[in-house]
Amino acid sequence: MITRWAFLLSGMGLVLMQLAFAEERGMRLPKAVEAGDAFSIQSAGSEKATLYIIGPEQVLKREIQTGETTLFPAGALYNAGHYLAVLIGDSSTETGSFDVVPSSKPADLSFLARPSRLQVGIHDGITGAVYLFDAYHNLIVAPTSVSFELSNPSGTVEKRIMVTRDGAAWTGMDSTAQQGIDKFVARSGGISSTRIVRQVPGDPCELKMSARQAGKQVQLATEPVRDCNGNAVPDGTIVTFTATYRGLQSTVDVPLKRGFAEVQMAEHSGAMFSVASGVVLGNQIRWDK
Amino acid sequence: MNKGRLLAVYLTVATVALIVIGTLWPVPTAVAYAGRGRLLQSSSTPEAAVENLAEDIRTQAWQKAYTHLANKAQFTEQEFVNDLTGYYPSLLTYSTLDKFEVRPLHASANEAEIELKLQWSTVVGASVSTRNLRVVKIGDHWEPEWPIVKEPIVPPQVIPVNYLRWDVIYRGAGDDWGAQDAEAPHVRIVDMHPVERADGVVILGELLNEDVVPAYVSVNATLLSKSKLPIASEGSFDKISHLLLPKQVTPFLIKFPNVNLSEVGSVRMEPLSTLVSASADPVIEIDNEQLHPAPEASLTGQLINQSGQVVNVAHVLGAFYDKSGQVIWVADEYIDRALSPQNPVPFEIHIPEDLARNVSSQRTVIATYTSGGSL
Repeated sequence: MITRWAFLLSGMGLVLMQLAFAEERGMRLPKAVEAGDAFSIQSAGSEKATLYIIGPEQVLKREIQTGETTLFPAGALYNAGHYLAVLIGDSSTETGSFDVVPSSKPADLSFLARPSRLQVGIHDGITGAVYLFDAYHNLIVAPTSVSFELSNPSGTVEKRIMVTRDGAAWTGMDSTAQQGIDKFVARSGGISSTRIVRQVPGDPCELKMSARQAGKQVQLATEPVRDCNGNAVPDGTIVTFTATYRGLQSTVDVPLKRGFAEVQMAEHSGAMFSVASGVVLGNQIRWDK
Repeated sequence: MNKGRLLAVYLTVATVALIVIGTLWPVPTAVAYAGRGRLLQSSSTPEAAVENLAEDIRTQAWQKAYTHLANKAQFTEQEFVNDLTGYYPSLLTYSTLDKFEVRPLHASANEAEIELKLQWSTVVGASVSTRNLRVVKIGDHWEPEWPIVKEPIVPPQVIPVNYLRWDVIYRGAGDDWGAQDAEAPHVRIVDMHPVERADGVVILGELLNEDVVPAYVSVNATLLSKSKLPIASEGSFDKISHLLLPKQVTPFLIKFPNVNLSEVGSVRMEPLSTLVSASADPVIEIDNEQLHPAPEASLTGQLINQSGQVVNVAHVLGAFYDKSGQVIWVADEYIDRALSPQNPVPFEIHIPEDLARNVSSQRTVIATYTSGGSL
C-alpha cells in the first residue's frame, strides 16, 4: 500500500516538473494572423527543435533553435482556419493553436445573378447574391458593405447597399417596364462584377390583324405586336392565323418578322379568320365578298 | 453419357440434312425473300400482274418492275423510282416495302382495275399508301399501268429568307462558378388531364413556350397511387413537337399501358426544356383541314411548304377539343414524302371513333426536320 502511494506521488511530481519546464520554455503564438501576412513565433529554451504548423490544406515544418524568434514570411500561411503549432524538442513537446483569418480587403467576388432573362414588370424578379473573397480565395466572413446596381439602357438605375452576413450579401430587384439589356453590377472594396440581365417583353397585348384582298387570296397582317407595356414583342414569336370556312379549317404558324406577322390564305366568302399568339387571342374577321 | 452423345449426333445429322434439303429444294417464298426469284412468275391474271409488280418493288428490282409496266413510255425509270421512294430524301427513301395487298375493283376481258395497298417500313413505323392500277391485257398476259404522280417542278428562282435564327453560346468550362449560363427557356403546361383507354391510361395536354427564345421540349409524367407511391413513369417520346418557337404551343400525349385510371391518385408532370439553336424557317401552311366524322373518323388537310428549302420529314400533330375546349385526344402522322417548296402534300390523321363524335374543334402543329439542318 505504501509502495503504491509512493509511486503515485512520484508520478505526479514528474508531471508537475514537465509542466513547469514547458511554461518556462513558453511558445508564444499570435492569436490571429491575417491570411498571407508575415508572422513570427517565439519559443523559450536553448535546444534544437522541430516546429510544425498544421492547418487546413497546409503543413509547415521548421527546424528551429528554441529561444529564438522564428519568422514566417508573407504568404507562408494563406488558407483561413484554425492552425495547430507543435514544437517537438529533444526532451519535450509543446502545442498551441492560433487562427488564420481572411484578409478584410476583398480581392474577388463571386456574383450570382438570376435569372439571366425575365419578363418586364416583375417585382423582385431579379436576385443577386455576392460572396466576397480575399486574395487567397478565403471567404471574408466579417460584415462588409456591398452595393448592387441594376441599370437599363434608358439610364434608370436601381441601387441597393447591403452588408454581408457570414460572407454573403443578397438582394432582390424589380424588372422595369421597359425591355432591354440591363447591367447588374455588384461592387465591394473597389472590386466589381457585372452580369447581364435581359428584360424581355411579356405576352402580346391587344393582338389585332387586318385583312385585304391579294389577288385570289386574302392577305392577313397583324399590327405591330406589343406587350401591355408597349414593348415590341420580339421577332420569331409565333402568331397563329386560322381560317374557318364551311367546316374546313386552315392554320398557319407564322413567326413575327420586323414586328408583325403576315400570311396569305385562300379566299372564301363567309370565311372567318382569327389570330392568336400563345394563350392570347386576337380579333376575328369575317370575310364577305 | 452414351445417350447424350447419341442425341448430339442425331441433332447434327438432322440439321445438316435439313440444310441440304432447304438449299436444293427451297420454298418459293424463301427464294423471293432471298432476292433470287419471284414468288409469282405468271402474269396470266390482272391480280398476278400487280402482285408481280409489287414483289419487284419489295425486292427493289426497279428495272424489272419498270420493264413490265404497260405505260412506261409516259415516264422514265428514274421517275418511277422517284415516285416510289421520293424525289428528295424522305422517310420513304430509307424504307422498305414490308407487305402489300391486292384487291380487284373491277375487271373486263381486256382491262381491269386493281387496288394496291403498299405498307412501307419506315424508321418511325409503318406507312401505308394506296394506288389504283389499271391493268391491260397484252397478248396472253396482263401488264399494269403505273399511276405515276410526278412531283411538280419548282422553277429556278431565289427565295430570300430572312426569318430569325437563334444561336446559343453556353458557358465554358473555365468560367467562374458564379458566371451565368444561358437561361433555359420557360415553358408551361397549359392543359393536362388523364384519360382511360382500353390499353391503359393516356395523359393528354398542351405545352406552351412562354419565353422569347426557342426551346427543345419534352414532357415526363409519373402516375402516383392514392398512397402517393409511383406506379409508372413515361415520357412523351415523339407524341410532341420537340422544337417550340416563342409562344408556340404543342400538344402532347403520354401512354401508360396496362394501368387503370382507378389506381391513380395523382399525376406528377415534369416539363423539360433546353435552349437550342433554331430557325424560324421553314413556315408550313396547313390548308383545307377537315374533320371527317365516324366511321373512319379523321382529320385531313394539306401541308404547303412556304419556304425555299426542302423539308425532308414533316410530323403532323393534331389536338382535338370538345365543346368546352378541353383536349380529348392527340394524334399524329408522319409524312413519308419530302415537302418541296409550294407543293401541297396531303395528310390524314385518324381519330378513335368513340372520341370522334365529341370532337368540336382541332388544332394542328407541324414539326419539321431538314437534312443537314439543326432542328
